[in-house]
Amino acid sequence: MFARGAAVALYQPQWGQVRNMATLKDITRRLKSIKNIQKITKSMKMVSAAKYARAERELKPARVYGTGALALYEKAEIKAPEDKKKYLLIGVSSDRGLCGAIHTSIAKTMKNEITNLSNAGKEVMVVGVGDKIRGLLQRTHSNYFLLTFKEVGRRPPNFGDASVIASELLNSGYEFDEGSVIYNRFRSVISYKTDEKPIFSLETVAGSESLSIYDDIDADVLRNYQEFTLANILYYSLKESTTSEQSARMTAMDNASKNASEMIDKLTLTFNRTRQAVITKELIEIISGAAALN
Amino acid sequence: MFSARRLLGLGPRGLPLLRPRARAYAEPAAAGPAQMAFTFASPTQVFYNGANVKQVDVPTLTGSFGILASHVPTLQVLKPGVVTVYAEDGTATKYFVSSGSVTVHADSTVQVLAEEAVTMDMLDLATAKSNLEKAVSEMAAASDEAAKAEAQIKVEANEALVKALE
Repeated sequence: MFARGAAVALYQPQWGQVRNMATLKDITRRLKSIKNIQKITKSMKMVSAAKYARAERELKPARVYGTGALALYEKAEIKAPEDKKKYLLIGVSSDRGLCGAIHTSIAKTMKNEITNLSNAGKEVMVVGVGDKIRGLLQRTHSNYFLLTFKEVGRRPPNFGDASVIASELLNSGYEFDEGSVIYNRFRSVISYKTDEKPIFSLETVAGSESLSIYDDIDADVLRNYQEFTLANILYYSLKESTTSEQSARMTAMDNASKNASEMIDKLTLTFNRTRQAVITKELIEIISGAAALN
Repeated sequence: MFSARRLLGLGPRGLPLLRPRARAYAEPAAAGPAQMAFTFASPTQVFYNGANVKQVDVPTLTGSFGILASHVPTLQVLKPGVVTVYAEDGTATKYFVSSGSVTVHADSTVQVLAEEAVTMDMLDLATAKSNLEKAVSEMAAASDEAAKAEAQIKVEANEALVKALE
C-alpha cells in the first residue's frame, strides 16, 4: 500500500519582473563584444565594396555578351511545344551568406516554379549553383536535385566556370526539353531583382518553326551553337548574380555596422549611468557609516 | 442568276475557290534594314555593340564568309581565325578569335560572340610558332582519344594564329 509520501513541494512561479541591475562588468563585456562585431562588419563591408567595384566593372561587357547570346531565343521566339515534359531549373546563388535576401529570394522563386510545373504535369529537375541554394532546398525538395556546384563566390566567375557547369549539365544524362536559369539581376547598388532566362534543348530549337528562316544550318553546327549558347547564358547569370550578391552584402554589413554603433551609443550611456550610480552608492554608504559613528 | 456560293467565292465543296495564279518570276527576298547593327564581344571585352559597320568577314567551321547588311539569316560556329571588320569609312580592323558563334538575324542584327578575342597587336609570331611545335609534338605523343582531340584543337588554333600573323 502506498502511503502518501512527503508533501510535494509546490513551485510558485514568480510573476512580475525580477531583474537584477546589470553590473558594470556585464555592461563592459557587452560593450567590448559589440565593438568587436562592429569592427568585423565594417571590414566585411569594405571587402564587399572592393569586390563589388570589380564585379560591376566586369559586368558591363558580360551584359552585352549575354544579351547577344539570348538574342536568338528572343528574335526567333523559340517556344517548347506544350506536350514536352522535361524541365530543368538552374538556381544561381553562392556559398556564402550574410548578404541579405539573395539566397532566399532564389529559393522562393524555385519552390514556386517547382510547384507550378509539377502541377502542370511536367518532370522537373533542379541544378543548384552554390552551397546555399542546396542547403535551402534540400530539406523539402531533395529528390528533385540533379547537380550542385560548390566553391562558388570565392573568386569572381569566369567563362571557364560557366563552361564547366554547361558541360556537366550536358553530360548528366538528363534530356531536358526546356529550362530556365533563375538568378539575381543587378539593378543598382541598393536593388536587385530575381529574374529568369530561358534555355532550350537542341531538339526544341531544331524543331522550332521559326528556325527555318536561318539559312544553311546542319545538325553539327547547331549542336555546337547550342552548347556555346548554354555556356554564355550561364556566364551571364553568374556575373549578374555575383554583382547583386556583393552589393547586397555591402548593404547588409553597412546596416549591421550602423545598428552596432547605435547599440554602442546606448550601452555607453547606460554604462556611464551605472558607473555614477555605483559611485554614488559607495559615497552614501561611507557617509551614512560615518554619520552613524558620530 | 448566280448562285450564292459563287458570289461568296465558294466552289462546289464549300471550300474557297482559288483562282489559279499567273506565272511569274520569284519575288526578291524581303530586304532587311539597310544598316547592320553589329555586336562583337568576348566574355571580358566588348568591341562593337550595335555598331553600324559595312562588312564583317568571319571564319566559320563551314568556311569563311563576309556579312553585309541584309545578309540572309544564319547561325554559324566560329573556328580559330581572323575576324575582319570593315567600318563605314572603309578602314579594316582585324581580331583573332579562338572560337564562338555568329548569328545573323532577319532584321540585319549580327552578333559575333567569341570565347577569346584579341586585337592582332596582342599576339607574337615567335611565341605562336613555338606553341605550334609544342602542340604538334603533344599530338604525336597523345595516347587516348580525348588527349588526342585536345592536342588537335591546340594544333589547329596555333596554326591559325601563325597563319594570321604571317
